[in-house]
Amino acid sequence: MSDLVSYRLNVNGQDRTVADGRLGESLLYVLRERLGLAGAKNACEQGECGSCSVMVDDELVCSCLVLAASAEGRDIRTIESLAPEGELSYVQQAFVDAGAVQCGFCTPGLIVSVHDLLERQPDATDIEVREALSGNLCRCTGYGRILEAVRIAAAERLADGSESRA
Amino acid sequence: MTVLSPRTLAEACSAAASNPNADLLAGGTDLMVEVNSGHRRPTDVISLGAIAELREWSIGEDRITIGAGVTFAKIASGELATAAPALAMAARTVGSPQIRNAATLGGNLGTGSPAGDSLPVLAALNASVVLTSVHGQREIPLSEFCVGPKRTDRQPGELITAVRIDRLNGPQEFCKLGTRQAMVISVVSVAVVADTSSTSVRVGLGAVGPVPLRAPEAEAFAAEAINWSGQTSVDTETCRRFAELVRDAARPIDDHRSTAEYRRHATGVLAARALRRIFP
Repeated sequence: MSDLVSYRLNVNGQDRTVADGRLGESLLYVLRERLGLAGAKNACEQGECGSCSVMVDDELVCSCLVLAASAEGRDIRTIESLAPEGELSYVQQAFVDAGAVQCGFCTPGLIVSVHDLLERQPDATDIEVREALSGNLCRCTGYGRILEAVRIAAAERLADGSESRA
Repeated sequence: MTVLSPRTLAEACSAAASNPNADLLAGGTDLMVEVNSGHRRPTDVISLGAIAELREWSIGEDRITIGAGVTFAKIASGELATAAPALAMAARTVGSPQIRNAATLGGNLGTGSPAGDSLPVLAALNASVVLTSVHGQREIPLSEFCVGPKRTDRQPGELITAVRIDRLNGPQEFCKLGTRQAMVISVVSVAVVADTSSTSVRVGLGAVGPVPLRAPEAEAFAAEAINWSGQTSVDTETCRRFAELVRDAARPIDDHRSTAEYRRHATGVLAARALRRIFP
């Protein structure tokens, strides 16, 4: 029996067909290599680094640990969904403003995690932010400017008063 | 390779009966690591994520039933955390938020690693494991379920469907030691729970034996030493002796994460710390 199958995934609100995929592929692999969504990054492939963070059914998860074929019918949201093409979300803008990006490899995963955190806990304390981001490793910055970016984003979110902004 | 995604428990049991050697996929945080690294090439996978029945829990008078598909994120907060605080503390030390959103209690049991963070707490809370197949259901004590490192009594065609634990009256503590604070596999973990109704103390140990261990002599000593009716704080001598007895119950080995000697020492340190925290 051939291991190549086709199935459908709901990614960023769109119904996408994965044609001739292999069944053992992770969601991360399928997003990057088959659906052209290269925002989620592949580093450790064991759920340690958080670079591949995405939302599945409103839960922050590592896409490398999701078996893609088992995610049929689930609502998958990637970094690409956070702002319209060419624009920045308020969290992305805060990362730019704080200089929280160095090599940039961990950034998409961090941005997805920060969006999830501020949606759930807009007034998170510093220690809660640290715990919420403990699954996202950055080997460049030492985290200081990332934490500063979260403070900027949280303040911006509160000032804006909008609960639903991207 | 096939991937089956049953929607109900009955469908899942049928799928497991027809594919008794299929890999069972819950949160994926263990299985997918092996798949990604090429250490495991599954032929058939039964994905359990769509089965709502496995994500339910109920809190009874004496026992708490937690569905195998309940995630550590759910266990770490809310009413489950109030009913089983030590389990919530252990849940909070599992991996990262991303891992806790996916990883399940049933998966932790199915993997059966001696370092599984929930296992020492389950041992201390007299857990039983509910296994279901097309032939029916059986419920066995954790001590019979865990038969060795990463080996369990789950038979081909069976699914872990729920875990039952004691609901106790009294303080609980879980201490985990690793090489860093987050995102780490435990070197030693210790759960100490007290029950004021039965005036008993129970100790569960993780990563210091082939299976989760209890410390019966330390438990008996603590139950005697604690003044249950009045001031419940413990003195230094009680902590010292308790630590010694818990340490003696550990059966650690040398491996890539630590040495037997260090693990034995740390077991005592964590036991004393846990006892002091619950009877400050």
